[in-house]
Amino acid sequence: MLKLTVNGVVHDVDADPEMPLLWVIRDRLDMTGTKYGCGIAQCGACTVHMDGQPVRSCQTRLGDVGEGKITTIEGIDGRVAEAVQGAWRGLDVVQCGYCQSGQIMSAIGLLSDNPKPTDADIDGAMEGNICRCGTYQRIRAAIHEAARTLG
Amino acid sequence: MLKTARPHTTPSRVPSRRAFLGGAAAGAILIGFRLDLRSPARAAGGPDLSQGAAQPNAFVRIAADDTVTVMIKHLDMGQGNTTGLATILADELDADWAQVRTSFAPADAALYNNLLMGPVQGTGGSTAIANSWFQLRKAGAAAREMLVAAAAFQWKVPASEITVAKGVVRHAASNREARFGELAESAASLPVPQEPKLKEPGAWTLIGKQAHRLDSVAKTDGTAIYSLDIRRPGQVTAVVAHPPKFGGMVRRVDDKAAKAVPGVVAVVKIPAGVAVIARDTWTAMKGREALKVEWDDSAAESRSSDQILAEYRETAKKPGLVASQAGDPDKAIAGSAKVLEGEFSFPYLAHAAMEPLNCTIERASDGTFDVYAGCQLQTVEQAVVAATLGVTPNKVRLHTQWAGGSFGRRATPGADYFAEAASIVAAWDGKAPVHLVWTREDDMAGGYYRPTVFHKVRAGLDDKGAITGWRHVIVGKSIMIGSPFEAMIVKNGIDATTVEGASDTPYQIPAYRFDVHNGREGVPVLWWRSVGHTHTAHVMEVFIDELAHSAGVDPVAYRLGLLGRAPRLSAVLKLAAEQAGWDKKPSEKGRGYGVAVHESFGSYVAMVADVTAGDSSVKVNRIVAAVDVGVAVNPDVIRAQVEGAVGFALSSVLRNRITLKDGVVQEKNFDSYGPTRMSEMPRVEVHIMPSSAAPTGIGEPGVPVIAPAISNAIFSATGQRLRSLPLDLAGLKGA
Repeated sequence: MLKLTVNGVVHDVDADPEMPLLWVIRDRLDMTGTKYGCGIAQCGACTVHMDGQPVRSCQTRLGDVGEGKITTIEGIDGRVAEAVQGAWRGLDVVQCGYCQSGQIMSAIGLLSDNPKPTDADIDGAMEGNICRCGTYQRIRAAIHEAARTLG
Repeated sequence: MLKTARPHTTPSRVPSRRAFLGGAAAGAILIGFRLDLRSPARAAGGPDLSQGAAQPNAFVRIAADDTVTVMIKHLDMGQGNTTGLATILADELDADWAQVRTSFAPADAALYNNLLMGPVQGTGGSTAIANSWFQLRKAGAAAREMLVAAAAFQWKVPASEITVAKGVVRHAASNREARFGELAESAASLPVPQEPKLKEPGAWTLIGKQAHRLDSVAKTDGTAIYSLDIRRPGQVTAVVAHPPKFGGMVRRVDDKAAKAVPGVVAVVKIPAGVAVIARDTWTAMKGREALKVEWDDSAAESRSSDQILAEYRETAKKPGLVASQAGDPDKAIAGSAKVLEGEFSFPYLAHAAMEPLNCTIERASDGTFDVYAGCQLQTVEQAVVAATLGVTPNKVRLHTQWAGGSFGRRATPGADYFAEAASIVAAWDGKAPVHLVWTREDDMAGGYYRPTVFHKVRAGLDDKGAITGWRHVIVGKSIMIGSPFEAMIVKNGIDATTVEGASDTPYQIPAYRFDVHNGREGVPVLWWRSVGHTHTAHVMEVFIDELAHSAGVDPVAYRLGLLGRAPRLSAVLKLAAEQAGWDKKPSEKGRGYGVAVHESFGSYVAMVADVTAGDSSVKVNRIVAAVDVGVAVNPDVIRAQVEGAVGFALSSVLRNRITLKDGVVQEKNFDSYGPTRMSEMPRVEVHIMPSSAAPTGIGEPGVPVIAPAISNAIFSATGQRLRSLPLDLAGLKGA
């Protein structure tokens, strides 16, 4: 039995420590906002925060999380998260929406470290998140919009 | 209890028409299919979409809490049709946008068929808005009249004195008003007006305006439920070991090690391969890794994709089936001042939607079944699941979920992955709800690709640069031959989806002939966002560009000179050129503009690409698009679809290809089949042509012009003509 803290709640998880965090979250905790896209850290759909930093949950083993505090799309809050979600909705960024949990988690990570990102900063932070619907133009605009909101 | 699985005669992963029709006969629902995926505008003798019955009860639910729920008969795979369809109904109803919700309709071919697909419920061919336009306006208008009648009865005032706006019914003279929710129950008991009065366009409050998407909130807080997110009580997950080659079969299985993996529940053999059933996805994947399967490849496709394409190149030298012709192009070309020739090859392409294919099937205690998936061809999927499980279709309920993309992949004529899920349920006797999950690798290597295609074109110009004749041969595997739709779509051996956009070219050419050869390889192929137009538009638009340059005429002016009978195409071409600043093209080294214009699915799209091309690389700086989709139901969703089409298709222009080595797919994940990423995304501007014509679709029509616009821009920048896709940038030299 391993302890796992997700969105402020401590869970006892009876799973192989080798199991990727992604599948623990989705299949054991039944929190499905975090998505499976590739399983090899190529697409970013599985992005969650560990102690506030974006990580690919498909490449994070349960046994390696330890005391780390995990935040998923269901658990985000605070000024940056609100600004990002507000901008995403205001600009109607989503299409199929499947990658957007991961995009939003990466965007929150970016804006938390860098409140006024340039286009190059956005390229750097978001390059690992694939959107097959091609919503990149609006993602970029929404990050700039969120930055403006945050002042 | 389901004792034995119904014998599934499909011998391999390659869909068998015989097996499918056998299954369908059991359901008896597929008889008389007419699946017409061509442009609705062109479907001569097609249904008169304005003549349907008003069916408010099928399409709208008004609850006491004042919510208006629009029933969506289509799949929303990201194209935003839930928002568009709800807009149409809500406008005629005079609902307030804030009270509008949507719900995916159940499978019901009588109520929810796609009016452009005959008796089939399904989503494809960019028809969702086009086929629903009158149906949902009538449903909304009828519901509005019923609410008014209920208020008139309650208030004892003439209905003609009652107004409706933003979800409130009002009688001004007596200063009375009621919300929809207060009137809904009494309205529901009234007769449905069959010819409700539809609004004049000037009275529209939502259509053509900027309503926000209805799915933006749920898709930004993790609450939107996709097919992969279905969690039924007691559910298990199945992953399948598929044969490495298309058409391969299981010879022998050693499942001892797989069964020993803690959490693996069962291993069952199914027609598609070997399924490992486990308590969760990761355990099922571990179980599959431990499986030892010996495959029988004796009937499998074992050629490499290079070899298939080389054979196509040889085949293209020979005359094929004639798709269209006029005059004597050979004679006309022979007497020309100049003759140009071009060869164009196209690879297999995977759809690679972000959500891999998956489907959950649960047996209820009464022996009926519930299916949860991103259902795109509901009538077919219901029939296939029913046939596989040995029940009639009315024993199978479909629950359509949000789909994490599709681009055509979720709509297979044989409902491939639905059959696979049902066969696992049958083989395991339906002991628990089964969630079939394809990993990314399964999804990418699983076939049903955009066909690999080869085009060979030859055209002549007279001494003034006018086209004298055009000879064009297309070689590619038909999507429809061998499918249940063959009899309906394929005429004289010619599959319209192989030649659409070429053999029916709007360019006025005095003599032409378009030939087709149907490839016969064992690689399953399928429509991929814009179907045949993915390759035909590229060839037509690149080759026309070559002719324009050869004639020494500006490419926009040259096209306009040939589009005299295509006013809507001409108009979008002019608009895109004007907005892009075509006449003020920058002259800096290595920079170029390219243009393309094309009609598909009844919509008209032109694009100008602005690129910087250098040694072995290209950067697309900007795309300026102009589109004519008739009435723009939701302009922002239309813009989003065109922006997204650029992001979706760009990687197929630059690098994507599915290759086979000795029959085995080489690209398995996003490391070797890389979609467009953030830094590559050009700025996209979309201009919408004002129109009062009935609306057509925009899910697909943005795609066809992207590749030729970029290729033509690279020529403008470097003088080098890159014809085949993906573009051979390795050979590109700086200007």
